[in-house]
Parts: sequence; structure tokens; C-alpha cells
Amino acid sequence: MRRVTKLAAVVATAALSLAACGSSSSGGGTTTESGSPAATTSSAAALKVGLAYDIGGRGDKSFNDAAAAGLDKAKAELGVEIKELSATQGETDADKEARLTLLAQAGYNPVIAVGFLYGTALKNVSAKFPNTQFGIIDSTVEGATNVTGLVFAENEGSFLVGAAAALKSKSGNVGYIGGCLIPLLQKFEAGFTAGAKAVKPDIKVQVKYLSNPPDCKGFNDPAAGTETANGMYDAGADIIFAAAGGSGTGVFQSAKAKKALAIGVDSDQFQTAAADLQPVIMTSMLKRVDVAVFDFIKSFKDGAPLTGVQVFDLKKDGVGYSTSGGQVDDIATKLDEYKAKIVSGEIKVPAEPAK
Amino acid sequence: MERFVPRFDPRRTGLAILAPLLALAVAAALSSVVLLVADHSPLVAFQEMWNYGRKPEQVVNILNKGSGYFLSALAVAIGFRMNLFNIGVDGQYRIAAMFAAVAGAAVTLPGPLHIIFIVAVAVVVGAVWAGVAGLLKVYRGVSEVISTIMLNFIGAAFVAWAVTPQVWATLENNVVRTPTIPESGWFPGFSWSGVPEGGTQTVVFGEIYGFIVISGLVGIAYWFVLSRTRFGFDLRATGSSEPAAVASGVDVKRMVLTSMLLSGAVAGLVGMPILLGAAHSFGSQDFPAGIGFTGIAIALLGRNNPVGIAFASVLWGFLDVSNQILDIQGIPKEIVTIMQGTVVLAVVIAYEMVRRISVASEQRRVLSSERTVPTDPAVDASSGGAK
Repeated sequence: MRRVTKLAAVVATAALSLAACGSSSSGGGTTTESGSPAATTSSAAALKVGLAYDIGGRGDKSFNDAAAAGLDKAKAELGVEIKELSATQGETDADKEARLTLLAQAGYNPVIAVGFLYGTALKNVSAKFPNTQFGIIDSTVEGATNVTGLVFAENEGSFLVGAAAALKSKSGNVGYIGGCLIPLLQKFEAGFTAGAKAVKPDIKVQVKYLSNPPDCKGFNDPAAGTETANGMYDAGADIIFAAAGGSGTGVFQSAKAKKALAIGVDSDQFQTAAADLQPVIMTSMLKRVDVAVFDFIKSFKDGAPLTGVQVFDLKKDGVGYSTSGGQVDDIATKLDEYKAKIVSGEIKVPAEPAK
Repeated sequence: MERFVPRFDPRRTGLAILAPLLALAVAAALSSVVLLVADHSPLVAFQEMWNYGRKPEQVVNILNKGSGYFLSALAVAIGFRMNLFNIGVDGQYRIAAMFAAVAGAAVTLPGPLHIIFIVAVAVVVGAVWAGVAGLLKVYRGVSEVISTIMLNFIGAAFVAWAVTPQVWATLENNVVRTPTIPESGWFPGFSWSGVPEGGTQTVVFGEIYGFIVISGLVGIAYWFVLSRTRFGFDLRATGSSEPAAVASGVDVKRMVLTSMLLSGAVAGLVGMPILLGAAHSFGSQDFPAGIGFTGIAIALLGRNNPVGIAFASVLWGFLDVSNQILDIQGIPKEIVTIMQGTVVLAVVIAYEMVRRISVASEQRRVLSSERTVPTDPAVDASSGGAK
């Protein structure tokens, strides 16, 4: 009995501390507004914007940070009042519902949910708060008029970095690492492959996903990123596109060790990476979640809220590629040609990988 | 610490209640320190948590979460009582819930039969998955700690493989789930409605999973089997002292296998409240990994006692939901994880302290009464084994 108790205590504590590591550390109040409802009365006109992050929260140097950037910009330029909440690892739809409900109840309008995982919860909550307008990144809620779907043409942005990879690759062999095998990430893959093949039809594109649904832990597993990237570089790739959220850091570390290159995703990861990893980040596929968040909030300020499904594509600069570090400056004209062709409709980028 | 000699001893009962309270106080004190260091008022934080947690909507959430935690902790506790360490509850519950969801969606049966069928599938799958570890221990001497951990990973990988569009699931809005169970397989819940504080209209606060009743019954069955049957006695005897149990004629191998199967069967039920009450399909989010490990902590906190486990489950659910209100108030919600961690550590320490106090007081009592009472409970237990 006592052996069990001691052993159990050790394991339980270990499991808890692991869970603590896995959960976001970004919920801390450093950037959070002191959003007590009473404070709002002084500036009655101030728009109150609530935002619920996906797992990882502010500080993930990728997807959530892009949303945070849009929110910060709205706060600075539009003077809106903000409140941000973070998700916890291993939470259920009921927890997500409770979070969105809290925001709606506290009078935040609009309320923005970051990530498709909020889809089911938002469907229920939006029905309970018909007078609140919700926005959801990367998803749509059918039949709910008070939910604005904010989606992206990730395939178009990925096309450009795919072309960049093919133009820069010396070995004629590039790689794609996705965080989780879901259609959203296959859209990145399809665009990347199409872009690479548009430049070099015979290029080899290695494709790997770090995890499968329902456990999409591949977005937050740098070790798996390193391991998978090592394998790809060893198999001849010299540039890897890491569309894997927080796991991207692992890919960059592998690139550094193998003296190869990598492409970031969502945010301009050159800006957020550690200094020693910056040289390996050739470019980043920008998914301007910040633009979507900002535009959505601004539309309320302007009195004409965006509704329905809003697609942020190349034309709207909702997707693109980053130039910090200057590694793609020499091919910028070629990339801009491709961009123009996609915007004009001359090139149609597939959204699903070829079978 | 299980003793068989005195059944009702007010001193012991008092000490048994004192320990978890002591642990809670320590956990609250430690998290207060952390809050103070982070420049937040612990009083405000605890008050916010309390006010939020007693809202009807949150009570529903707490009970719904708690019903799963309760079963998970019972599954762990069955092993604990027998000195077996089933840390595979996590894998057992997920694989059982997955099979139950798939099987439940594949058949058409009238109401109650459909539910019974789904629950039966879950129980059998959970038992089989745990049984693998039981067989390995009995016939190959493989530590159940190792094998159940490994089986967690194998189970998770299997679930990941099965819940894909290529196998058993469908994909919608990037979320995978198995087909929905027809309505005949939904367990009716208790809808709670009323007029909210400060409101005028009646609203539905939420629905408490009907399966919570079954959870309660499992808790009663656990108590009855362990403390009122020959099997339960053998199980506890084996847990206290294996050699003594063997000497009194207990087939230890058989006990290991049986209790592993039982533990797995209860683990299979862990996903049932949410599957039958709300999700109706196995999907990405409603069956998170980790509930099995939460069960270990709750079983420790509740001292393997069904009433204690029930309180601990509710406490855990309360802490879980309160991280939301802390977040919106700008108080670091990680404090909840700290509290959950410290309460488990504190409870182990508190029980060890209480155990020493009670041993010392017992020795004093024995000395003063000049009686000779057997001091080794195992010897005492085995001599009474044929009662």
C-alpha cells in the first residue's frame, strides 16, 4: 500500500507537471487588460473586443502570435478595449463554450475565436448570444448569421514559398512538414508542391506530417520536428517548409545542425526566432491572421461589420511571404511574377494535394 | 492505510478527515504565496473562483467533469487497494470510448438496449486492454507500471489510426469524429433551468449527464465489493501483504488478473458520461488524453474511498472550471495547475503524518491498557482470513 502511494505520488506529480509544461504559459497578466466591467463606463464608445486563443496562446511565435499582433494593432490604432483568454491542453468543448460564454456575457462584442477547434463550441454559444457578433479564424459556422468565418487561401501563400524553395534548392529536393494530417494543412502542402513544381517540374518534394487527428500534438512538438527534419535532410532535401506551429523551432534547429535551410509559417518567424536560428530561416509563408483580426475589428469601428465568410487571399494580402533576412531578395521579381499570375487568376493553385 | 481490526473508531475517522483538509490548507497556502509573489491578491482570486464555481452553469460543468474523473479514480483505486498500479486507465478509457462510439453508431437497437450495448462494449474493451497488462504480469512477471504505460501509447496510436477518414471517422471543418450514435443510444440527462441571478427570464443552465447516476452506483458497488465480500477481503489482504494472503489461501495470480480486468472495466466507463450525454461520437476534443492520470491524483486525494473520491472529483472539476474566471480577471490561471499539483503532494505528506500520529497514539493506548494486541495488521488479517 505504501509503495503504491509513493509511486503514485511521483507519477501523478510528474503527469501534472508535464501537463503544466504542455499548457500555455502565456495566460499571465502581462499583456492582459485589466478588463473589469466597471472600467468601461468611462469610455462608453470604446469597442470591447474579446479574443480566445487556441492552445499555445500568446507567445507561441506562430499562429496565436499572429492573432495577438492584429489585436495589439487594433488596440493601438483603434483604441479598442481588449480581453484575451487562452485555451488549456486537454480541454473539452464544454470548456471552450464556457470561455466564449464568459466573453459574451461580459459584454465583449465582437468576440474572436482563434482556430477551427472552436467550431463546435461557437456553434452553441452563438445561438445563445444572438446579439453578439463572433469571428472564427480558419473555420466557418454554417447557418449562424452572427458568426463571421475568417479563412485564408493558405495554398496561394504556400505556392510562393514552394516556388522560392525550388528556385533556391541546389539538390532539387525539398521537404514539407505539416503539424497534423488535416485538410487545412494539406492545403499548405498542395500549394507548396504546386509552387515547387511550377519552377522545376522534376523537383522531389518529401512530405511528412507530425501527427494525426484527433491528437494534433504535432503543432507543439519541437522534438518531433527536429527528428522528422533530420530524416528529410539526410534523404537529400536542402530546404524544408515547416507548417507545424510551435514544432517549427525544432525544424529550424535541425536545419542549423545540418547546415540547410527552412521556411517558417504563419508569422515572420525570422523576427521571433533566436538569433542563432535566424540564418536558416530563408523566408516564412505569411498567413496574415493579424490582418484578418485587425480588419474584422476595424469593420466594427467603421460601422460596417464583416459578416459571412471572409477569404483572405493573395489579392487581399491575407497571405504572402516574408523578406526579413534578405535571403529571397534575389528571386523577389520572379516570386512577384507568380504572385501577379495568381492574383490575376492565370495560375490556379490547388487546395488539395494531388492524389 | 488499510486496517482490518477496528471498523468504527471515531479517532481514526477524525484523523482520516483531518489529513485531506490539512492538504487542502497547504495547497491553498502555497498557491497564495505564488499569487502574492505574482502581485495578485489570493483572497480576490479565491473569491472569484468560488463565485464563478457556484453559478448553476458551472455547477453543471463541474458535475459533468466530475462524473468522468470519479470513474477514472475508482478504476485506479481498485488497483491501488491491491498494490497494483494501473496507470493505463488513460489508454483504456480512450480506446474503450472509441470502440463504444463506433459500435454504438453501427447498430440499431431500441432505447435502453442500445445504451446497455454501448456501455457493455466499453466495459469489455477497457477490461481487455487492461487484461493484456494483467496477463503479462501474471505469466511473464512484467511490471504492470511499465506495461500499462506502454499500452497507453499503443492505444493512443491505435485510436489515432482508427479515427481517420480512411478508417472509421468523418472529417468536417478539419475536425475528425466517428459517426454519430442514433438518438436511441443517448442517455437522458437532467436539465437544470431557472432564473439566473439578476435576470428575469428562465433560462436553461445546462444538462447534467444522466450517467452520473451510474457513476454513483459504480461507487456504491466498489464500496460493497471491497468491504463486504470475500473477494474484496482477499483483494485488500493481497494488497496489504502478499505472503500473508498466500498463506491464507488466496490465489494471488488470479487476484492480479481479476483486479486488472475490473480496473479496466471501470476505466472503460470513464468516457461514457460524455459520450452518452453530450458528444454522441468520438472526436478530437471531448476525450482528451490525461483523464486517466487525473484519476491517479484524485484516487490519492480521496484515499481510495468512494466518498473521498467523489469529493476529490468535484474539487478537481471546480479547479478545472475556475481557470476560466481567473483568466478573464487577469489572474494567472496556471495557479490552478499549481494547486492541483500541491494538493496531491500535500495529501501524501499529510497522510504519512497522520499515519505516524495514529500509530504513536495506538502504541500509547496499547501500553496503557496493558493488553497485548497484535501490532502487525497483516498477520492479524490473515488469521481472520477464513471468516
